Amino acid sequence: MATEAHAVGQAHEEHHTSTGLSNIKMAMWAFLGSECLFFGALISTYLIYSRPSRILPGTPMPSDIYDIPYTSVSSFVLLMSSVTMVLALAAAQRGEIPKMRLWLLATATLGMTFIGGQIYEFTTFAHEGLKLSTSTFGTSFFVLTGFHGAHVTVGILMLLSLVGLSHVGRLEQKDAYKVEMIGLYWHFVDIVWVVIFTVVYLMT
Amino acid sequence: MAIAAQVMKRGALRRPTATRGLMSWFTTVDHKRIGILYGTTAFMFFLLGGIEALVIRVQLARPNGEFVSADLYNQLFTTHGVTMIFLVVMPFGAAFFNYFIPLMIGARDVAFPRLNAFSYWIFLFGGLFIYSSWFLGGAPDSGWFNYAPLSTDPRFATELFTDTGRVAAQHRVDFYLLGLQILGIASMMSAANFIVTILNMRAPGMTLLRLPVFIWMTLVVSFLLLFAMPVIAVALFQGMFDSLFGANFFNVAGGGDPLLWQHMFWIFGHPEVYILILPAMGIVSEVLPVFSRKPLFGYAAIVFSGIAIGFMGWGVWAHHMFAAGLGPVANAAFGISTMFIAVPTGVKIFNWLATLWQGSIRFATPLLFSIGFVSMFIIGGLSGVTHAIVVHDYQQTDTYYIVAHFHYVLFGGAIFGLFSGVYYWYPKIYGRLMNEGMGKLHFWLMFIGFNLAFGPFHILGLQGMPRRTYQFYPGYGFDFWNMVSTVGAFTIAVSTAVFMVNFARSKKNGKKAGADPWDARTLEWTMPSPPPDYNFLEIPRVHHRDDFWHRKYSEDQKGRPVPVPVGGAETPTEAEGKTAHELGIHMPDPSYWPLVAAIGLPLMAYGVMYKMWWLLGAGAVILVMGLYGWVLEPASEEEH
Repeated sequence: MATEAHAVGQAHEEHHTSTGLSNIKMAMWAFLGSECLFFGALISTYLIYSRPSRILPGTPMPSDIYDIPYTSVSSFVLLMSSVTMVLALAAAQRGEIPKMRLWLLATATLGMTFIGGQIYEFTTFAHEGLKLSTSTFGTSFFVLTGFHGAHVTVGILMLLSLVGLSHVGRLEQKDAYKVEMIGLYWHFVDIVWVVIFTVVYLMT
Repeated sequence: MAIAAQVMKRGALRRPTATRGLMSWFTTVDHKRIGILYGTTAFMFFLLGGIEALVIRVQLARPNGEFVSADLYNQLFTTHGVTMIFLVVMPFGAAFFNYFIPLMIGARDVAFPRLNAFSYWIFLFGGLFIYSSWFLGGAPDSGWFNYAPLSTDPRFATELFTDTGRVAAQHRVDFYLLGLQILGIASMMSAANFIVTILNMRAPGMTLLRLPVFIWMTLVVSFLLLFAMPVIAVALFQGMFDSLFGANFFNVAGGGDPLLWQHMFWIFGHPEVYILILPAMGIVSEVLPVFSRKPLFGYAAIVFSGIAIGFMGWGVWAHHMFAAGLGPVANAAFGISTMFIAVPTGVKIFNWLATLWQGSIRFATPLLFSIGFVSMFIIGGLSGVTHAIVVHDYQQTDTYYIVAHFHYVLFGGAIFGLFSGVYYWYPKIYGRLMNEGMGKLHFWLMFIGFNLAFGPFHILGLQGMPRRTYQFYPGYGFDFWNMVSTVGAFTIAVSTAVFMVNFARSKKNGKKAGADPWDARTLEWTMPSPPPDYNFLEIPRVHHRDDFWHRKYSEDQKGRPVPVPVGGAETPTEAEGKTAHELGIHMPDPSYWPLVAAIGLPLMAYGVMYKMWWLLGAGAVILVMGLYGWVLEPASEEEH
């Protein structure tokens, strides 16, 4: 009896699909498209709300408070994590699971370094008098970069989960697409940071 | 460690296998059952929203009404709007999407069955979360649009006088802000799921331009949801940070601008109105050809105008803000773009009329509701065009004329279309036909009641009766039409009761439907009613648009349909009554995890609202653990 496999629910790479693109990859791209609007709305708000004319007199201005060299370093760290992510995927696709584990851990560590840097930055800003409620600048800055940080944190959790999966034999060469999906998310979050770093920090 | 490894391998809970019985509804991943869950839940909320509407109409039946207080009235009209939009029309559409996308494209399930169940549970908990506000200090009371800063600034919160003195009812809007956030997650995930299903899981030969129009409209709606939901998510987060954490997004004293909320809300809000109406347009595009025994007139034009609406819907949002003072250039630009968007809608209307033209029409209940949709939607559309004229809009804004407009498009449009779908597809879902006599009674009572209830709003609005006021005074000429409207509202209530009786009785006593009671055109009618859990015994091969029709009929020289001798529905075979498992068809097993994970979200929302961080943490842990269980559970229990 011709029971074609393609209609069966669980999304796996090997299933035939109408477009040829795997279900899960298409869903991930759809989700990332949605995320573009999410960050687009937050960045637009920041652009409107960080104008000097809007910021209350006597409260910190963006140019007073940003430490560009410091943030450049943490941006570099985050961008390097994209490199290690690519290496992790390549290792997974070749079936070199221990190597993949190593690169995943490296990616997560770089991500955690970035988050640590962000926590330090937020604390410093708070000491210098910029809080969520200080001005529209504080409000829109912390909410935008905070949501980005939350995305990175979720990414770190997923990377560590992949490492966990590999330890119980649930992540083998045939499961490399799982690494690829988390990788798509991770690269997206990095690209958003490139936009944020350019628009928020460099264009002040 | 060994146990942990074991758990990681096997999943923490045994994967449930039951597909019958009460418990199976909590674990189901079958798109058809999830569709029924969506529909049932949406109808429950329809009754709640309807009761709220009736209380409003009792209050406004006479001048100086004293049935409810001003405070309660604010909560009622807000919850009525939120309910009908987010908890009725959207999930009602989702019910049909769930049930019929796989059936109409020739698939056995959606792309991500468990994600589908997850969406449903999140939607349910989001709705219950919003309704829990009634017991926790009052429901949201700032309108469904929740304009800042009245809504988001705790200093403007309604003050209640209690035994312990004055307390601010400040969490009311937080229920709105966090509740819609939860619902938005559900919408976004189901949108991604449906997009992948439609694009990726079509049967061989089901090319994009052979897709039924209902599926096309679903695809457009899914893309609109995918891109509109994140915008409202950001707006809701901004409102939440203002309301709970002292941020300055909409706080003028802190440099913020309330207009930002209006822009963000309506950038979401206008695509949202197409999210509400396109599913109904899709249903009507299926019903009209079947009951006039003609192919849909101008298939491509209808599909492309639907896509055009999907794009243009993003460029008209500020017509909700003409009175906000954006200036003449912005107002003129958005006025023009709004008039433009009437064009693709008009294209659809003419195509529907041309579909009926010279058809051999059967006036069955589904067709009556579809004709009700087209005619009422025309009225709502025309009053909509009058709003596009900016100077007119200045006169109409915040009056009952606006209320008339959106009830004609959302009730006369969306709800009539959805009821058309219920009558049309009921025999497929339950295997029996609904009673025609009671169906027609329902239609005529609802049609008359609807026009009595909302037609007078045009007059009241043009006479200047303002929206959202809990009383009107005698002597303004408002008395008569308000009474008429109240009578109409109760007529709608009676018609809904007729529908419920018909629905319940037909499940037991209705005429057996068979596979194809309407002599229909699309793939869902090829299988037995109700469909077996695996949908298609064999995945069909599609050769035509309206493939099923072409299997049944060929044409004579004048283009009239001639039955093909051996066409028709799948005849019952040895497969009848057997489950997918017995036939060796692999279907996904049920799962507990979508339900478990979804419980985390409302807990997190309560945690944020009351700043109970342990509760936020507990909710997050449940969510994450639920997702772990989900990822780790075996694809099916038998594999081990």
